[in-house]
Amino acid sequence: MSDRSQTLTKTVDLIEPFNKKGVAVTEATRFAQDLEWDSLTVLDFVANVEDEFDVLISMNMQAEIETVGQLVDALEKLKA
Amino acid sequence: MSDLFSKFDPLIEQRETLLRTGVTDPFNLVMEAVESPTVAICNGKRTILLGTYNYMGMTFDPDVVGAGKKALDEFGSGTTGSRVLNGTYVGHRAVEQALKDFYAMDHAMVFSTGYQANLGIISTIAGKDDYIILDIDSHASIYDGCALGNAQIVPFRHNDIEALEKRLKRVPEGAGKLVVLEGVYSMMGDVAPLKEMVAISKANGAMVLVDEAHSMGFIGEHGRGVAEAQGIIDDVDFIIGTFSKSVGTVGGFCASNHPKFEILRLVCRPYVFTASLPPSVVATAATSIRKLMDSADKRAHLWENSKRLHAGLRQLGFTLGTDEPQSAIIAVIMPDLEKGAAMWEALLHEGLYVNLARPPATPAGMTLLRCSLCALHTEEQVGEILGMFAAAGRATGCIS
Repeated sequence: MSDRSQTLTKTVDLIEPFNKKGVAVTEATRFAQDLEWDSLTVLDFVANVEDEFDVLISMNMQAEIETVGQLVDALEKLKA
Repeated sequence: MSDLFSKFDPLIEQRETLLRTGVTDPFNLVMEAVESPTVAICNGKRTILLGTYNYMGMTFDPDVVGAGKKALDEFGSGTTGSRVLNGTYVGHRAVEQALKDFYAMDHAMVFSTGYQANLGIISTIAGKDDYIILDIDSHASIYDGCALGNAQIVPFRHNDIEALEKRLKRVPEGAGKLVVLEGVYSMMGDVAPLKEMVAISKANGAMVLVDEAHSMGFIGEHGRGVAEAQGIIDDVDFIIGTFSKSVGTVGGFCASNHPKFEILRLVCRPYVFTASLPPSVVATAATSIRKLMDSADKRAHLWENSKRLHAGLRQLGFTLGTDEPQSAIIAVIMPDLEKGAAMWEALLHEGLYVNLARPPATPAGMTLLRCSLCALHTEEQVGEILGMFAAAGRATGCIS
């Protein structure tokens, strides 16, 4: 498995506990519209992602991230 | 018609739905007369004020009012100028000296509002590539200051020491770090673990700013706030405060011991590009601040009021924001906005004003009835307040 697909798998795993609606998560899944997360859910999820990958995802970066695929891309850059 | 206002449609709809139920608009109350820091006339009815932030009851203090009148006579109604041009009078220097004496710090800079103090200080000291690590429940003025400076904003879970530490350790090497905390968080009335958080911030090379808006005058031996009460005020780089709560007028400030602090007067845009406070306002503020230094008895009485109201509301069966009283704010948690608005109106009919707080100002989407006590609330008034909560709570079905 490539680094990127590993990151994607881990990210999808981290989404699951917050996936209350049971949405089938793909790279195109949008956090706000499809998963319908509120700001507190986002905070908890981002904290878990930050801990898993040992990175910081600032609110400025979060504002640019709409989909799961974009988050994975951002993580790949942060880890590099 | 669709235009730039279309984005407000959901909020307009929510408001209309609420008002259609016949409830009084909770965000449009007018006080027709104000008798004292604790009593006003609203809709022709004598109303006890329990949502004013007037913690120390200084608004009608004869010395404070007298100083304002004298300054109005001697210096006129306004300065019509920026602090750095024609807007600094002796009174502005005097109130800054009063703040330096109050906090025992080297520097104090006065802004036209507390909002502008946060906006100005945060945006000026933390710029584009700097990191601001802040509590998720921070006040809007803190978030706006972060946005204005274009810094990287990293929030952590409310009052979570470990979450703060983890984030501090992940800031890229060499980047500037500012940790922003509040002494008392105004929605729930809870206090921050400043002692631990400030120590961790310093250990990780960050500067620390603490907003003590809701603790000044009341918490700490000299009323300097939570940082004083927890014994770490000397490790705080910047204290932000306001004149619109315990001080009893309007204005904001930053106090600091930083040796280069005075340069901010030239580079801080929300300080430079606005008119300074009117002479009467700075005169009332200076007088009030000096009186607050020696107000230990009032502080003690305010704690008594807070403890009594907290215990009484709990006994009645209300759910409160904190398990024990931590400040002069007691938040009563309502099940939803409709119930909250109904309870707010029932209390107003009883003759009691509290703040109705709702998202996005509140954490976790909660609707709150926020009560803030005053040192001038008498024991009898606190008893009356509890009676009104009991009656309104039963009338609306909030308690049994």
